[in-house]
Amino acid sequence: MQLIHCPWCGPREEVEFHYGGQAGVAYPADPAVLSDEEWARYVFVRDNPKGRFEERWSHSAGCRRWFTAVRDTVTYRFER
Amino acid sequence: MVSRVSGDVVTDVLRPAGALDGWAGRFAALPDSVTLLAEPFHAMVDVRTADPAALERLVGAPLPGPNAWSGGERVTAIWLGPDEWLLTSPFLSPAELEGAARETGAAALPDARLAVVDVSAQRTTVRLRGAHARDVLETGCAIDLLPRSFGAGSAAVTLLGQSGVVLLGLGPSDYRILVRSSFAAYLAEWLLDAASEWR
Amino acid sequence: MSRVDGYGRIDRSRTLTFTFDGEQYAGHPGDTLASALLANGVRRVGTSVKLDRPRGITAAWSEDPTGLVQVEEPFPEPMLLATTVDLVDGLVARGLGGRGRLAEVPDTARYDRRYTHCETLVIGAGPAGLLAARTAARRGDRVVLVDDRPAAGGSLLGTERICGRSAFDFVADTVAELRADPDVRILPRTTAFGHYDDGFVLALERRTDHLAQPPRDVSRQRVWRIRAGHVVVATGAHERPIVVEDNDRPGIMLAASARDLLHRYGVLVGREIVVFTTDDAAYDAAADLERAGARVTVVDPRPGAGGSATHHARVVGTSATGSEDGAVTAVTLDDGTVLPCDALLLSGGWNPTAHLFSHVRGALRYDAELGAFRPGEPLDGGTVVGAANGTFDLAGCLAEGRGETPEPVARRTHVLWRTEGEPARQFVDLQRDSTVADIARAVASGMRSVEHVKRYTTIGTAHDQGKTSGVIASGITAELLGVPVESLGTTTFRPPYTPVAFAALAGRQRGRLYDPERTTALHAWHVEAGAVFEDVGQWKRARYYPRPGEDMEAAVLRECAAARTGVGILDGSTLGKIDVQGPDAGVLLDRIYTNMMSSLKPGRVRYGVMCGVDGMVIDDGTVLRIDDERFLVYTTTGGAAPILDHLEEWLQTEWPELRVSLTSVTEQWATFPVVGPRSRDVIGAFAPHVDVSNAAFPFMSWLDTEVDGVPVRLARISFSGELAWEVSVDGWHAAAVWRRLLDLGAPHGITPYGTETMHVLRAEKGYPIIGQDTDGTVTPQDLGTEWAVSKKKPDFVGRRSFARPANLDPLRKQLVGLLPVDPDLKLPEGSQIVELTDALPPPPVPMLGHVTSSYRSAALGRTFALALVKGGHARIGERLTVPVDGALVPVEVTGSVLFDPEGTRRDGEPSVR
Repeated sequence: MQLIHCPWCGPREEVEFHYGGQAGVAYPADPAVLSDEEWARYVFVRDNPKGRFEERWSHSAGCRRWFTAVRDTVTYRFER
Repeated sequence: MVSRVSGDVVTDVLRPAGALDGWAGRFAALPDSVTLLAEPFHAMVDVRTADPAALERLVGAPLPGPNAWSGGERVTAIWLGPDEWLLTSPFLSPAELEGAARETGAAALPDARLAVVDVSAQRTTVRLRGAHARDVLETGCAIDLLPRSFGAGSAAVTLLGQSGVVLLGLGPSDYRILVRSSFAAYLAEWLLDAASEWR
Repeated sequence: MSRVDGYGRIDRSRTLTFTFDGEQYAGHPGDTLASALLANGVRRVGTSVKLDRPRGITAAWSEDPTGLVQVEEPFPEPMLLATTVDLVDGLVARGLGGRGRLAEVPDTARYDRRYTHCETLVIGAGPAGLLAARTAARRGDRVVLVDDRPAAGGSLLGTERICGRSAFDFVADTVAELRADPDVRILPRTTAFGHYDDGFVLALERRTDHLAQPPRDVSRQRVWRIRAGHVVVATGAHERPIVVEDNDRPGIMLAASARDLLHRYGVLVGREIVVFTTDDAAYDAAADLERAGARVTVVDPRPGAGGSATHHARVVGTSATGSEDGAVTAVTLDDGTVLPCDALLLSGGWNPTAHLFSHVRGALRYDAELGAFRPGEPLDGGTVVGAANGTFDLAGCLAEGRGETPEPVARRTHVLWRTEGEPARQFVDLQRDSTVADIARAVASGMRSVEHVKRYTTIGTAHDQGKTSGVIASGITAELLGVPVESLGTTTFRPPYTPVAFAALAGRQRGRLYDPERTTALHAWHVEAGAVFEDVGQWKRARYYPRPGEDMEAAVLRECAAARTGVGILDGSTLGKIDVQGPDAGVLLDRIYTNMMSSLKPGRVRYGVMCGVDGMVIDDGTVLRIDDERFLVYTTTGGAAPILDHLEEWLQTEWPELRVSLTSVTEQWATFPVVGPRSRDVIGAFAPHVDVSNAAFPFMSWLDTEVDGVPVRLARISFSGELAWEVSVDGWHAAAVWRRLLDLGAPHGITPYGTETMHVLRAEKGYPIIGQDTDGTVTPQDLGTEWAVSKKKPDFVGRRSFARPANLDPLRKQLVGLLPVDPDLKLPEGSQIVELTDALPPPPVPMLGHVTSSYRSAALGRTFALALVKGGHARIGERLTVPVDGALVPVEVTGSVLFDPEGTRRDGEPSVR
């Protein structure tokens, strides 16, 4: 049971959190002008790096706030 | 509670009911070292504001930061999130508390945005006290409840058993647990079961 | 009897009676089942799992690979180690042949869990661990000290001296000091079985099995969930045997275990003992055993080791000639000497018990000087001290416990994994009957990794997880491969360190506490009314209210008829409700819903559909506009939490500039649909001051009012096609308002109905249930709800996906109605749908879709179903086949709205409009 640091509530057990996938994937400014391929890339394609990964988490059982965390996908360790 | 008046059926007054009505007998059977008391009908409003100072007059204290509660017996403020507090009062009605929150906020900071929602029936309150109160909580709460970490004035939005709760530290061996009303019976059953070792 | 006077810490003043394999024996408090058996001369405990060879006790504690028993009384439990079963009066046990039997009676014991936090967790109360705990406690840390034995002291036997005192005095003083510290928690009989990230350790406390009269309300076992700032692993070391031919007989055990049995329980494991060792520590065992009355011969192949009495030879075999229980009677040396004996003790050195270090990915390194694998890198958030760290001398253990670096000790290490002999009778894993021959076969088959060898041979996969066999398997594999053992490594230790019962892991999450049961404010009423409940997520919802003699079908037909011809009432309180507040509330909802919400007027209601970015429907429901800056969003019951999360995600991560806040009010509001042509009469009586005419209170409008001073919200919303109101009230007054509605409805025959009837009513109207008629691959177009997809809004979540080629495919599965040609046949939900046929073609049969909802309809006088069918909208009017239990059922495809498609009923009967 890992601890995840909520920027507001501090360290809590991982079951209090909800994973939100890769961080920094912005909703396109105007989806209508994107090609099908560009849109599909936004909807379906995400990075899957070995190592450092910026990802979104929500402290869903606590303050309900989303935050970005950096985790190493090899060790699972969060950068602090 | 039905009476017949000139052939029409009418009920008695619309009496409120707490989510843990009917549990008092089982709670009363607990020893002094673990006491449970349902505290129904606390008015509660959820307040969202970027200017918490606006509500200080109502609470009688600065609004608390993360993992804390503040205030007095009349109105308590519990931190729920960076711009979110839960105001509770055992004395005011929901409408009074909601009104007071809006008016106090508007008077202090007329331009501040303030969202106020009556959530009085969203959660219900259980008081847990006694020498073994912390033992009971520690059977199902992962946060550090040792007194040097969680004392009077501490609050946590977290999990107890498998239910979300707002846990308040009131003093040594004295806690208030706010639980979603639909989970109240589960939590009561869970607490009674946890307390059985000290029966 | 092999009990000797003057030894052991058992209470000889009291006698306990126990039964093993049907025979009655006596033992003493402080005994384990194993020590009591050995004291009674019982050396054969069971047989081996594959070869049926006799097996005894081969180690004194949890590392024992052989002594498995089935306990029958006081508590049926399979596959326990006799060495770790506390002897209690009346214990009944049987030896096992490697396989136990689960109890067939319910487990009436309690199990629980307990969380605790500390700055320092010390695992192991041997000399190193005790000093580590004392050092941390004196520093002011909150300390937890766990130890798997009944009493502290670890491998200390009482003969040692520490700080000028007897070792046991030192242990007693240290424990007393720790006990007096309120910030120290000592947990004996507690095995740390898993070590995880961030200082998290799971430990199993055995609380009652050793008690003669276990208290009823105390849990039998407890899983401690310990979160520590610093974890000190002080778990000692396991002696390892040397593999020789026929090394699996009863009477053959580890040297230190024999010494432990003597000092702990006063059990002398033999009178004529051979000690075969390559390690100096075994000489201490030999001396102690000799002092206790045994004749001991030491066999040690190391040149110059031992005294003049030592045979410099190797044991190459054992025999059990004339032995009734199969126990060893003699050993053969490589020089041909045969030594008669009744016990053979083996010592091939020591393996640090580094499991808990490995659990957190600590890498072990082979230490040639030690002849063992030891922790090879610093532990993040912890330390390994004492024998677990490869520091085997007492002074060194004490120094490491204090946090100091010990003085180096010269060692004469001689690694001997096995001696010459028949590989098929040289047992490596005694529990798995795995031998050197099995390793040789693995290597010959091309395996080069110990992980592969482990899985091929099953060495290390039994209850003991290879505590005594794993490293030897590595050593022998390395020899066979001709590589150094350091380059081969060992298999990875994984939790649990010792077996843990599922019951202990489940704790109190059994029966009613297995999963939370969420209930509405009316739950007591539903129970009293005899409702049959169904689980909807965690909710307990009233499914139907059978009258005497009614089954579900009869009850639902009656409830449906009431709602279609009179008036019914439903507890719809489980619907998710979200208060959406702020100047940009409308903007947010426009971006989230497929249809326009900002144009909704206060006082009005609109149905809306939400999609994910992939354009698939994720939820639907009604939206009430409260005022310019406030909406109340209704979600499905299951969508309450996920949809709030979904909204928060968009709001917080994509559109933080929007001035909106979201608050769940699911339990704040109880909601009761009052449904049917007579509903107007009931609502009119309930709120007599409200004009409930269609003109004053039109469909899809709402208003707030008060009834006897209680705020009540009335909304004209229909999930049935009938004239209907939803009455909403705060949860405190829910039960009172419900009863009032029932009383006022009584003259109109108001009928409470449950979720089953709700489903039939909505299905007759073709209203989909998100999550039942959809599965995350269904678009609003597939559902036939294009009318709820805005053409005007430039964008909303999911819109762009509607134009993807896959979303425009005319062969997408679409929601349609199905009418079985036999109007009495109800299709099972989930049934597959194929082209119309009299005989199925050979597989694979092309599937056209499946039945999502299926009911018997009172209103239609027949059965009907909803289904997702490929290109379904274009197939309306066609016939298809649904195979049901081998029969080919013909069905007709229809539109999804089967009842009142013109919508004539939602405003009530024309005469009273």
